[in-house]
Amino acid sequence: MKKRILALLMAMVMVFAMAACGKGEDDGLIKVGIINNDPNESGYRTANDADMKKMFTEANGYSASFAYSLKNDEQIQAAQKFIQDGVDYLLLSAAGTAGWDSVLKEAQEAGVQVILFDRTIDADPSLYVASIVSDMAKEGQTAVDWLKGQDLAEYNVIHLQGVMGSAAQIGRSGALDAEVAANANWNLVTQQTAEWSAEKAQQIVQSVIDAGTSFNVIYAENDDMAKGAVAALDKANISHGVGKDVIIMGFDCNKWALQELLAKNWNYDGQCNPFQAGYIDEIIKKLEAGETITEKTIIMDEKGFDANTITEEDVNNYGI
Amino acid sequence: MKKKFTFNKQLLIPLAAILLLTVFNLIADPSFFAIKLDQNSAGDPVLSGNLITILDYGSELAILAIGMTLVTAATGGQDISVGATIAIAGSVILRVLCGTDSRPETLQAPVIVAFLVACVVSMVFGAFNGVLVAHFKIQPMVATLILFTAGRSIAAWINNNELPVISEPSFAYYGNFIPGIPVPTPFFIAIICMIITALVLRFTTLGLYTQSVGINENSSKLNGINPVFVKFITFVILGLCVAVCGLIKVSRISTINYSVIAKDIEMDAILAVALGGNALSGGKFNMTASILGAYVIQYLTTTLYKFQVQSTALPAYKAVVVIILVVASAPVVREWVAGVWKKRKAKHQVKEAN
Repeated sequence: MKKRILALLMAMVMVFAMAACGKGEDDGLIKVGIINNDPNESGYRTANDADMKKMFTEANGYSASFAYSLKNDEQIQAAQKFIQDGVDYLLLSAAGTAGWDSVLKEAQEAGVQVILFDRTIDADPSLYVASIVSDMAKEGQTAVDWLKGQDLAEYNVIHLQGVMGSAAQIGRSGALDAEVAANANWNLVTQQTAEWSAEKAQQIVQSVIDAGTSFNVIYAENDDMAKGAVAALDKANISHGVGKDVIIMGFDCNKWALQELLAKNWNYDGQCNPFQAGYIDEIIKKLEAGETITEKTIIMDEKGFDANTITEEDVNNYGI
Repeated sequence: MKKKFTFNKQLLIPLAAILLLTVFNLIADPSFFAIKLDQNSAGDPVLSGNLITILDYGSELAILAIGMTLVTAATGGQDISVGATIAIAGSVILRVLCGTDSRPETLQAPVIVAFLVACVVSMVFGAFNGVLVAHFKIQPMVATLILFTAGRSIAAWINNNELPVISEPSFAYYGNFIPGIPVPTPFFIAIICMIITALVLRFTTLGLYTQSVGINENSSKLNGINPVFVKFITFVILGLCVAVCGLIKVSRISTINYSVIAKDIEMDAILAVALGGNALSGGKFNMTASILGAYVIQYLTTTLYKFQVQSTALPAYKAVVVIILVVASAPVVREWVAGVWKKRKAKHQVKEAN
């Protein structure tokens, strides 16, 4: 009997506690719970997290809580906690694509709207309002179109790939592969994965130079590998950059890479846009105004910078 | 006389591998061995060619192989955290050189100071591994798994997860070329390390002690050797090798990427020790053979790059080498080879007698 009373009391306390939680919303701020990967993962992620923190402030009408993890199960736990806390919006960059169905259903039942950013998940699209992602294939296409616009008589390309099978590698390789297959004057001198690593890229380019094969384009799928390739070129006294022997192309728009562009040592850098907060803000504003979101998947604008047209301002605005 | 015989036998494995690769390259494409004297973009003379690349990139591995051989001999286990601790050492060097600004115009400290700080830090991390293995008697591979997992995060944390870039050209000398000297600097650094190692092994009891601890810990204890200290000190020495390697690595590109710098280098270092014919279960070792083993691995890598083998497939080729080595050193195979040898010898003697 005593136990039963105790259980009843505890249940009542919990109900009150939950009700108390619900009252916190009255300060007019939109409550968002943001689940992201560890900002230490990469320069991209650091920039992404800083962008989120800059956007979702009280001054902009938000009350934001953050949770970070590179592990799916920890992220799911954080999501459950945010749902219990009664957030209005759950913003999610999932560590893994699978396993999100049940927690997102919980969110739907609790009336929490879910917005995915940076990464998609394997779940029914009805479980989230929108997903804001980069189109890696488009990034590759923009870069290849730029290269095509250089109107070289012959393209002898050293293609340095990222870790095989990663979304960025598949997207950025695809466009170049298609172009090489379609044109007789486009050749791949070598196509190797340097696994995003500058040292490996340096060794691969070194081996091409040692073999005495000539080339005039280096298409590196990230800035680090482009840097490694340039180190090998410098060693062999092969000139590179604007108006020189070899065209250097990189991706990700690291600040130091854009400075290389500014100094005309490199020719092109493709952006992988980490600044999703603005897009998310726009969606939330629309939802709050009672509008419906028609387009579920929103692909971000991503620029490609040319060394001839890049400005100091671009370096500061887009460098990560 | 007998000692000299075993010495030669152990050198046989890496020398045979070098011969095999050389014959293969001579047949496939003799231009592999071409060496050219060119100028680099700064106008200084540099040697280039595949053989120079082997000397260049094999050197960092040779330096690691020195430490790894000692650890293997004393503990009968391997340190798998060297890649991660190279990241830490590199990060420390950049941190000291950059101070708080991640893109300094001038160096905030002399390179030698940064290097010495990195040496101390790496030796502390080596000591951490050493204490776990020697004092707490944890298996080396398990003990070093801790830093293998955590090391790269620690490296990122040292620089607040920024990626420092050093624009000062003199910093690049250590991983590339010193102006006016056409041979890559890492090779000179490796030579210095080898000379120091040779002197230490010649004039101290380090070699004897590590081998006796590796062969039989208890009997060396009874003979007055402290196995705990000997094991510990090998890890500290490996820490020093890691710091040297870290300097070369960050100097090559004047920056660092925590997640990929020196990735999987521990496997190559262990393979170098194995290729040197040293038992991975500890005991007797041959330093020259290990160092040769390191250059053989780079020889193999460079050859594969030359023939445009996909770099993702490189570990598979190295795995083939490991399989051959492991099978060749298995007791069953050894006994069989010895048996065949004996029979032939016996037959020969019979013939001679007739």
